[in-house]
Order: sequence, then structure tokens, then C-alpha cells
Amino acid sequence: MSTFLSNPAVHTALLVGLLVAAVSGPVGVFTILRGQSFAGHSLADIGTAGGAASYLIGTNVLVGFVSVNVVAAALMESAGANRARNRDVATGVVLGAALGLSALFLHLETESSTTGATIDVLFGSIFTLGSTTVPFVVGAAAIAIGLLVWIHRPLMLASVAPDLAGARGVPVGLVGAGYLVALAMAVSLSAVAIGAILSTALLIGPAAIAIQLTRRPLAAVVASGAIGVAVTWGGIALAWNSYYWSSSHQQWPVSFFIVSLVLVAFIGTSFGSRR
Amino acid sequence: MFSPLMQNTWTAATIVAVVAGAVGFFVVARGLAFAAHALPNGAFAGAAGATLVGASPLLGLGLFSVGGALSIGALGRRARHDVATALTIVAMLGLGSLFLTLRPVYAPAVSALLFGQLFGVSNGALIASWALGAVCLVALGTLYRPLLFSSLAPDVGAARGIRPQLLDAAFLILIALVTTTAVPIVGALLVFSLLIAPAAAARRLVDRPGPALAWGVVLALLLVWVAVAVSYETNLPPGFLVGGGGAVMYALAGLHYRHLP
Repeated sequence: MSTFLSNPAVHTALLVGLLVAAVSGPVGVFTILRGQSFAGHSLADIGTAGGAASYLIGTNVLVGFVSVNVVAAALMESAGANRARNRDVATGVVLGAALGLSALFLHLETESSTTGATIDVLFGSIFTLGSTTVPFVVGAAAIAIGLLVWIHRPLMLASVAPDLAGARGVPVGLVGAGYLVALAMAVSLSAVAIGAILSTALLIGPAAIAIQLTRRPLAAVVASGAIGVAVTWGGIALAWNSYYWSSSHQQWPVSFFIVSLVLVAFIGTSFGSRR
Repeated sequence: MFSPLMQNTWTAATIVAVVAGAVGFFVVARGLAFAAHALPNGAFAGAAGATLVGASPLLGLGLFSVGGALSIGALGRRARHDVATALTIVAMLGLGSLFLTLRPVYAPAVSALLFGQLFGVSNGALIASWALGAVCLVALGTLYRPLLFSSLAPDVGAARGIRPQLLDAAFLILIALVTTTAVPIVGALLVFSLLIAPAAAARRLVDRPGPALAWGVVLALLLVWVAVAVSYETNLPPGFLVGGGGAVMYALAGLHYRHLP
């Protein structure tokens, strides 16, 4: 354990994990309340296109993720925001097209090399984050948290009762756009940290647990952030220790442990809060 | 392009398109796009796990996709449907990332599972997809009327004694079957695109359910055949052609939709 706390890669992982979970958890509560789990998950997959493109043109992965996600979020919102069912299909079509694009980028990339960029983009690894990525992570997290603190009141009303919010003069469209930017940031951050295809675990998992624990929305937002940090740090510590579990010294992935902790906590709390 | 080497590809692509186009009608009508995305993508973890223990990847795919369908149904009683689906796909992919760590697969092999490898379909895989495709169509035929009522007129369905939870579970298992049929051949991404885009475009073209389902199949066939031909000529990945082509198809159908009186 002493090597765990003195290792610089662990310090980076714990710091990034804290920021990522502190953004994803609270944003996820709004995502669930607005019934947009599919959109949130899709953004992570769509961001892979940006991640793959950034490998091709040689920029920072997080920059690729964020820019593609913001565009995609706006597209989905405009393609079928009027009805929930249309939104489901519109999200699906946009997601299919974007996954096709990332297939193309990865195809172009693997034609020139076989470095395993596919695996990096899809699965990520919090222990191998370059120190150049950390400033980007801190910046994106600060923007997302600031935005959420700023708009949390009108956003909560607009998420729970959009008609009432509109009648009270809340600019529902503008608030929704602000939320989408925060969502795009959250998804990009967790995609870089634990991989695009598992970032949904940090977005939806802690929020689903928090909503089972409390009915008060703002308490759920805070609890979700705390639960997110707990499962992320727990996952990092378990993954670090898994190195010593077998004689072959193979480290198990952080994302696997985070997902396991999320599911155990969700099932545990769902028995505690049977309605 | 029509050499004997390519015959298996054309046949397999056709089977997949017919099954996915038909089942896609109900995926769109019931708002199950997320589940149609989650099951094929999550099931790839099953294939990875099967190679880890030396079992057939098809068995792993089948187990994981049916398990995923049951889990969406079970978790759906405790949380919203989309949250249940999100937790299920995350569980499957979490296991997938563990399997891949324990037995690192050559990177292009992973992309083949996700993005598909249309060319070089073996005879064994073709026979499996004939059999599974037939099972899917028979299941769809059996469930057709109850699904139609409960998707388009839930009240009538309830009055006729259709239990929505049971039907939901049955339909999710049908999506799992389609997954098992199609993922080994065309990859997770392509299955998903084929389940959504043609059916969604068809719904914009015609109103009545029967013709809409038939149009979905026709559009899916068109999409796949064009993708195979273009991919053969240009070497572009089929997933890109089907995903992008599906979006174009949906957008074009939208133009028609707006011009209706």
C-alpha cells in the first residue's frame, strides 16, 4: 500500500479520477431525470470518432473528444427534440453514422500502423495518462463544474417540469444547451480516463444509485458526485492491488473494477429502497 | 465481385439485412434503439470471453446477448428502462475489458469484432446464420400480432390480455437472437445501424405497419448490397458505408415526410 501512495502515476490517476467523477456524477443525475441515458451513452461512442481523428491529425485526444461531442449533442438536440420517441431514433441514426466515421478513421489509422490506437480510444487507461493531458482535464472539469453550479436551479426545474419552467420564464432552450455542453465535457473526461465504451458507468451508475438513496434532487446531485469519487478511487486501488493477486502479475483493468463497484452498489441500494 | 469467393458474403449479408430490417420495425416502434445498440455491442464481450476459455465465440455471443436481454428486463423493474439498459451494457463491456486484458488480442481482431469483417465468411458461419436467421423470422412471425397491438395501440393490447412485461422480455430476447446471427458476420456496429436506420426511414415513407415493415426490409437490403459493392471496390470499411448510408437514407426520407400534406 505504501508504494501505492508514493507512486506518481497513482497521484495523477487519483487526481484525474476525482475530477472526472466529480463532473460525471452530478451531470448524470440530470441525464437520468431528463431521460437521456441513451444520448449520454451515445456521446461517449460518438466521441471515439473525435478521439480517432485526433490520433490521425496528431492533437490531444481530449480536444478531439470535446469538439466532436459538442457538435453531436447539438445535432441530436436539433434532429428530434420535439418528441421522446423521435429523439430515441434520431440519437440512434446519428450514433450509427458517427460509429461509421470512427470505423473509417481507425481503418485509415491502422493502415499506416498497428499501434493499438483502437484499444486506447475505446478502453482508455488512467494509469498511462500523459502529463500533457492533465491540464486539459483540469480545465474541462473546471468549466463543466462552473457551468453546473451556475445553471443548476433553472436546469433542475427545466428537467423535472419543463412546462412549468417555461411558464415561469426560464429560458428552457438555453438552459438545455448549457446542460448539453456540461454533458459533452463530462463524457469526454470519463472517456479519456476509463475509455469511451465504459464512460457510461460513471455517468449513469453513481446517479442511478444516488436517486435510489434520496428523493431530494439537489441531495442526489451531491451524493452522486461523492459516490462517483468513491467508486473511482476504489477501482483504482483495487486495480493497483490486482497486480499481486496472481503469480503472473497481470494487472486487471480499472474500468472493470469501477463497473463492478457501481453494479454491486446499485443492486445493494435497490434492495434497501424497495418502493 | 460475384466470384465464388464472394458468394458467402452476399448470402450472409442478405440474411442479416432481411432479419434486421424486419425486426427493426418493432425496435423503432417500441423505442428500443438503446437496447438494439447495447446488446450487439455488449455481446462482443461474450465472444472475447469464449476465446479466453476456448469455447466457440458464437456460444459466448449467444450467452451474453440473451443474458443482457434478461438483465435489461430484470433491472427495468427497479429503474427506468434506459437506465437499466445503460447499466447492462456497462456490465457486459466491463467484463469485456477484463477478458481482453487477461488475453490480449491483436488490435485489428478487436476492431473486426466491433466493426465487422464482411469478407471471408466461412461455410460454417453461413450455415449458422441460415439457421439462426430462420429462427428469428419464425419468432417474429409468432410475436407479430401481439407486438403490433402493444406497440401501436397499447390499450387494445391490454384489453386482449397481452402482458407487456412478458412481451418486452420476449422481444428483447429476439433482439439477442438477431445479435447472435449477425455480429459474427457483420460486426456489432453494422447490426445496430441495420436495426435502426432502414426501419426509421421506412416509417417516414409509409404509415401502415405491414408496408412499413416490408419497406424496412427493402431499404436494409439496398443499404447492405450497396455497402458490400462499394466496400469491395474501394476497400472502405463496410461499417462506415452502412452507418453513413443509413443516416443519408433517414435524412432523405425526412424530406419526403415534410412534403406530405
